[in-house]
Amino acid sequence: MALLEVTNLDVRFGLRQGEVRALRDVSFTLERGERLGIVGESGAGKSVAAFSLLNLIGKPGFIAGGSITFDGLELNSMSERALRKVRGNRISMIFQDPMMTLNPVLSIGEQMVECLKAHRRISSKQARAIALDKLQQVQIPSPETRLDQYPHELSGGMRQRIIIAIALLLDPDIIIADEPTTALDVTIQAEIMALLLELCEQHNVGLILITHDLGVVSQVTQRMLVMYAGRVIEQGPTREIINDPQHPYTQGLINALPQMATPGERLNQIRGSMPSLSNLPDGCAFHPRCDFINKANGEPRPACVQKVPEFVDSGNCRVACHMVAEMQEDRRLKLEEIS
Amino acid sequence: MTATAMNLKGANLESAETPTQNEESADSLLQIRNLKKRFSLSGDFLEQLRFKGGKLVRHREYVHAINGVNLDIKRGEALCVVGESGCGKSTVARTVMGLLTPTEGEISYAGQRIDNLSSRELLPFRKRMQMIFQNPYASLNPRMTIQQTLEEPLRLHHPDWNRLKVQEKVQEVMSSVGIDPDWGKRFGHEFSGGQRQRIAIARALAVDPEFIVADEPISALDVSIQAQVLNLLMDAQRDRNLTYLFITHDLAVVEHFGTRVAVMYLGTVCEIATTATLFNKPRHPYTQALLSAIPRLEDDRPQHIRLKGEVPTPVNLPSGCVFHGRCPYANARCRQETPTLVTQLDGTRVACHAVEEDRL
Repeated sequence: MALLEVTNLDVRFGLRQGEVRALRDVSFTLERGERLGIVGESGAGKSVAAFSLLNLIGKPGFIAGGSITFDGLELNSMSERALRKVRGNRISMIFQDPMMTLNPVLSIGEQMVECLKAHRRISSKQARAIALDKLQQVQIPSPETRLDQYPHELSGGMRQRIIIAIALLLDPDIIIADEPTTALDVTIQAEIMALLLELCEQHNVGLILITHDLGVVSQVTQRMLVMYAGRVIEQGPTREIINDPQHPYTQGLINALPQMATPGERLNQIRGSMPSLSNLPDGCAFHPRCDFINKANGEPRPACVQKVPEFVDSGNCRVACHMVAEMQEDRRLKLEEIS
Repeated sequence: MTATAMNLKGANLESAETPTQNEESADSLLQIRNLKKRFSLSGDFLEQLRFKGGKLVRHREYVHAINGVNLDIKRGEALCVVGESGCGKSTVARTVMGLLTPTEGEISYAGQRIDNLSSRELLPFRKRMQMIFQNPYASLNPRMTIQQTLEEPLRLHHPDWNRLKVQEKVQEVMSSVGIDPDWGKRFGHEFSGGQRQRIAIARALAVDPEFIVADEPISALDVSIQAQVLNLLMDAQRDRNLTYLFITHDLAVVEHFGTRVAVMYLGTVCEIATTATLFNKPRHPYTQALLSAIPRLEDDRPQHIRLKGEVPTPVNLPSGCVFHGRCPYANARCRQETPTLVTQLDGTRVACHAVEEDRL
């Protein structure tokens, strides 16, 4: 059995205008030491998916259905008290903005010691020694001095290293990283991602990486989920999805990257924008933007408009699209033509 | 040293001696000469006073945002300025537009100096050069309808136009950026980020400018929307023969969009080259590190060049080459002498002693 198993997760937000379904039927697994990427545009539900794993969804949001099983524990039916033993201890999180995550009035050392003492019965001295060791692991220069410094004295890259050190503090089984490098510059991003990857491999820690950057996902993760309008629309091994995306949205997303087009030529754009979750189109949520339409009259296929697509197995990947078989047939014919 | 290396060095020396001003000025639309901009950190006069050893002294501190930037933007090209946060790229954009006054240096537009003009004298230039900002949530006035937003620049720059003509122009510019002209009565908050950025582009295009400064125009947008807006900017360039000064930190966008690229580090330009040359053969050690850090789809094990330390603060600039503290090739000369942009054989201009001395 997988270390983490999420089945049919359903998260809703009760708003004045009515209930918004932020996540529908989200299912995935994570093995021990595996790195999973969740990609999608803003509003696709990737952060909600990550936050709901540790029941960090604030009101008016709530988990309306589905189950989250972690190492035999049923996380979504657990008491808050029991859940606190898992949070930060066995599953820890790295958030996007390192300045918002660190407490500005506590020194780095105090924050790290506080975290250790909340979960383990150890002396402050022992806790400080562990904290120092973790700071060394994240390759911070002069770690002893850093322990007594405050967050504002450090640069963005350094702060994110400290966040990683705190996430690793209690030797967790899984780290959930929500856009960990979005606020950072390219060169710092490359260093932080390399560090995270190295530490996860070294300690056999599982990683759930949430990002909108396909480049980062392809470099760091082994498997990935693509989300659109609150649903997972494609999942499978990262390399296979990047090299041969099956869902028209994933195809569009990858083809829209500047590196996929000839310099100076127009980019391959996807029409329109993602619908708002409170006003989703019927059937497949992507159908108004999908290029895979009836060639005869230029209208979407009836199936796409009427029915929400089920997952179809396609090699090692699973794709939620009515047209997968047809697209594969098309491609086979094209290949035959070429040969 | 090989014969080619000798030649290369000879060429370097020659071009270093000839004044760099004249070589590109022929067809250039905008010229930036030795631009410097610093921001005071120490407040007004009374706040600057400190007691030191029993005496009252005046203590002043500055952020040195730009330190001697020279750029030429040619007619019809898209010059991209890249660099990490704090390198001064946005300050360059804002100084060019006259939103900030330069501390030192000159900016000329189509041969005329514009950095010392009064706002009345600047008005005809404002019509010819327009700006697109990063955050479309902040750059549209929330209390104006889209129609009003787009009419405002037209009323200002064409006071002689009647209402009908202004409205016609607004309709035309709205449809040219892919916004339904019927949406004119709506307010900015009713639109998505991508649509707002289209409106901001429409506002810039309304007065038919020839030069557009775009400061990170797609950074706040989602991936699929980025492609749409980038296409729109490229179409506008083709149809209206625009010249762009494009500020960004996204190197993948630069590779696709730019005619030439200027790489900035800590307020100075360290390399200028045509896009293809820069991406195929980055010369400056910083450019090399920057390019190696782009996350690419192809490789699953990135081999990026790791730089020592972090970007120093622009308050106390390092002596000599601003990059020497992080550069793997730095020597004594780099620590003392500031490198200048030297033209290479293929036209690339690099400010690096190591490149000049052929040590790389």
